[in-house]
Amino acid sequence: MCLAIPGRIVQIVDEQNRLVKVDVAGVQRTVNIGLLDTTGGGAGPGDWVLIHVGFALSKVDEAEAHATLRLLEQMGSEYEMELSELRASVIE
Amino acid sequence: MRFVDEYRDADLGRALSAQILATVEPGRHYKVMEVCGGHTHTIYKYGVDDLLPANVELVHGPGCPVCVIPMGRVDDAIAVARRPEVIFTCFGDMMRVPGSCGTLLEAKAEGADVRMVYSPLDALRIARQDPDREVVFFAIGFETTAPSTALTLMRAKAEGIRNFFCLCNHVTIVPPLRALLESPDLRLDGFIGPGHVSTVVGARPFEFIPKDYGKPIVISGFEPLDVLQSVHMVLRQLAEDRCEVENQYTRVVPYEGNPRALEVLAEVFELRPHFEWRGLGFISQSGLRLSPAYRELDAELRYPVPGIRVADPKACQCGEVLKGVIKPWECKVFGTACTPERPIGTCMVSSEGACAAYYNYGRFAREREVV
Ligand code: SF4
Repeated sequence: MCLAIPGRIVQIVDEQNRLVKVDVAGVQRTVNIGLLDTTGGGAGPGDWVLIHVGFALSKVDEAEAHATLRLLEQMGSEYEMELSELRASVIE
Repeated sequence: MRFVDEYRDADLGRALSAQILATVEPGRHYKVMEVCGGHTHTIYKYGVDDLLPANVELVHGPGCPVCVIPMGRVDDAIAVARRPEVIFTCFGDMMRVPGSCGTLLEAKAEGADVRMVYSPLDALRIARQDPDREVVFFAIGFETTAPSTALTLMRAKAEGIRNFFCLCNHVTIVPPLRALLESPDLRLDGFIGPGHVSTVVGARPFEFIPKDYGKPIVISGFEPLDVLQSVHMVLRQLAEDRCEVENQYTRVVPYEGNPRALEVLAEVFELRPHFEWRGLGFISQSGLRLSPAYRELDAELRYPVPGIRVADPKACQCGEVLKGVIKPWECKVFGTACTPERPIGTCMVSSEGACAAYYNYGRFAREREVV
């Protein structure tokens, strides 16, 4: 649960509850972006975010997202485990 | 330089390694603590310490959230999980953490309804779908994770969900660092600061380290090159007789942190007077509980819990590992009685734990450190 995985926001699912659909390594899941609602901040479709336990923790640029993904892929089993936990997640 | 070819930029790795060698005074021994388990993981996986001179020692800190949960809290969790009306939810890692009489996984095998969730919002969904049961979420983690729990509780309250409760074990990063700095048996020269915690709290809370204790701290990213560069930044501060908070991970960590996350933390949680840490004992004002406005969601108030302090097993040296006093392989049961499959201590459970990281990546390939 310690990992933060980069994903790209695909669409807004529930504006009021700050839920968006993200694409994480080909897996599409719903996460919450409410922590990015700061003055002048916020995130929307096309943005890359670091996702931790179903919440976007921070916005990152595309190069950083790809570098982090590469690092995670090299981790092997723990990354696979995190992805399978993410796949089982159904946030509404 | 066994691993450097796996780095994103191997030449940069070699160059940093040379710069570090040029920065250190021969004959002086340096101890630099990496606070966060994510860094420990990177260090062992990529052999970052192989690129350091022999007189620069990396010491592992207390920043693995699973590792610091004491036995007594696991017992409390199991007591709640065994209640027939309860669906008990927690992160996967937490299920294998030993309490004084078994793990949550064992309680599940014996019939308790324990379910692994990826997110606190998954636990909330279960509560919504099963209004006749009581869903308890076992919340763990530092400031990285606590805002997610906070937003989930805010939503539960706003929706008027009455069967969702939180057993809160969130902890804060500064008090254990202060405790370590006060501890007489540990002489540290500087710190590699936690990357993800800092996205929430920012760099400011770490200013006490240079100010009150005269030691440098560099907030670091998680790639091996990040860690290597951060070690260099710490050593350079020492060479130049400076001590300050530096941020190597500016591409993700703003100096001020995340104001919205800090706001929801303040709304939902308050500091406990004391919280017990595995191996470190009681540390004042180091743990969070639900604030008065969220009391009706507090599992500790809803269910009787044993709340008993349980001493760690005699063989277990997690406390020394978490304080950086010994290295994982110096624990007497490391790799024999205590393995990731059958952990005795918490540091062997989570992949961020120093013992598990060392066991998974280092055990068979290293000779040099066994001094
Ligand atoms: S080997 Fe096991 S008991 Fe010893 S410090 Fe590590 S986790 Fe704790």
